[in-house]
Amino acid sequence: MRRFILFVPLVLFIALGYFLWKGLSLDPNAMPSALIGQPFPQFKQPSLENPEQILTNADFQGKPLLVNVWATWCPSCREEHPDLVALAKQNKLAIIGINYKDERPAAQQWIRELGNPYLFNIFDEQGMLGLDLGVFGAPENYLVDAQGIVRYRHVGPITAEAWTEMLRIANVQ
Amino acid sequence: MFNNLNLGFKLALLLCIGLLSSPVFATIDVYQFNSDQDRMRFQTLTTELRCPKCQNQNLADSNAPIAQDLRTKIHSMLTEKRSDQEIIDYMIARYGDFVLYQPRMDTKTYILWFGPAALLIIGVGVVFWISRKNTEQATTTPIEVINLDAQQQQQLAELLNDKGNSAP
Repeated sequence: MRRFILFVPLVLFIALGYFLWKGLSLDPNAMPSALIGQPFPQFKQPSLENPEQILTNADFQGKPLLVNVWATWCPSCREEHPDLVALAKQNKLAIIGINYKDERPAAQQWIRELGNPYLFNIFDEQGMLGLDLGVFGAPENYLVDAQGIVRYRHVGPITAEAWTEMLRIANVQ
Repeated sequence: MFNNLNLGFKLALLLCIGLLSSPVFATIDVYQFNSDQDRMRFQTLTTELRCPKCQNQNLADSNAPIAQDLRTKIHSMLTEKRSDQEIIDYMIARYGDFVLYQPRMDTKTYILWFGPAALLIIGVGVVFWISRKNTEQATTTPIEVINLDAQQQQQLAELLNDKGNSAP
């Protein structure tokens, strides 16, 4: 009995070491979205391409979508953009843009110059749709399913892993 | 009383007063409140809610654009006479429990709320157990070890008696 007690500090040390080691590989920025499993927020915002055109949830027709939050002031978005263009060419998942707290002419020019992977863009000048989505910085990527439910969130530029995961959830081959 | 001071000195004095007052105005004048109570609520809410972007700052301290947006949102909700709980629920609905510096009490956070107290009780228990074991050893073992035979007992009795007799 006494001998077992001598091993208690060693066991505690190993347990502590395990948790600290685990902590090394955790991403402190990875935050689960509070919106997973919830419907995409209600919105009524103009389109980026055409200020006259008002977009609403009705424009999310019954198919899964990748919703990409971007802005011209965001350097990672510029880095991400060619990947989005390439992914759009795969024709597996339609991409919708939310142009977040941006200026319309700059954003339109961006799309003309760098290519347009988007089915359409929601112009969120005040960032209110972003606020409802729980966006805390661009770029962010959301998977919205055919029923309009948010199923997946990836903070930061889209990665191969996030894309594969989205295709898996959306059940697209 | 300032009549006998020269103009240059007066101007310098005015400048100094201006320097003292400007930073105070800069922080207060951003938002207008209906009442001092609202202002207090705004300050409490922005210090209790965490900035989602910078993570180690509250909304009041952070200069991140998202923190500015959320401060504006809190201000507009206060102007709309929403309760503190409504504002906090609004934030949780968007950013999750993460935004709370003071975690809510539910099954996931019991360990946070009761863990320290449980550890304290366990610690006190262990200390109590160890000290009781030590005193037990100190009081029981010596008596068990020393076994006096008849001769030794007689000697002991004599010594005690002797001491008792010679005492003043």
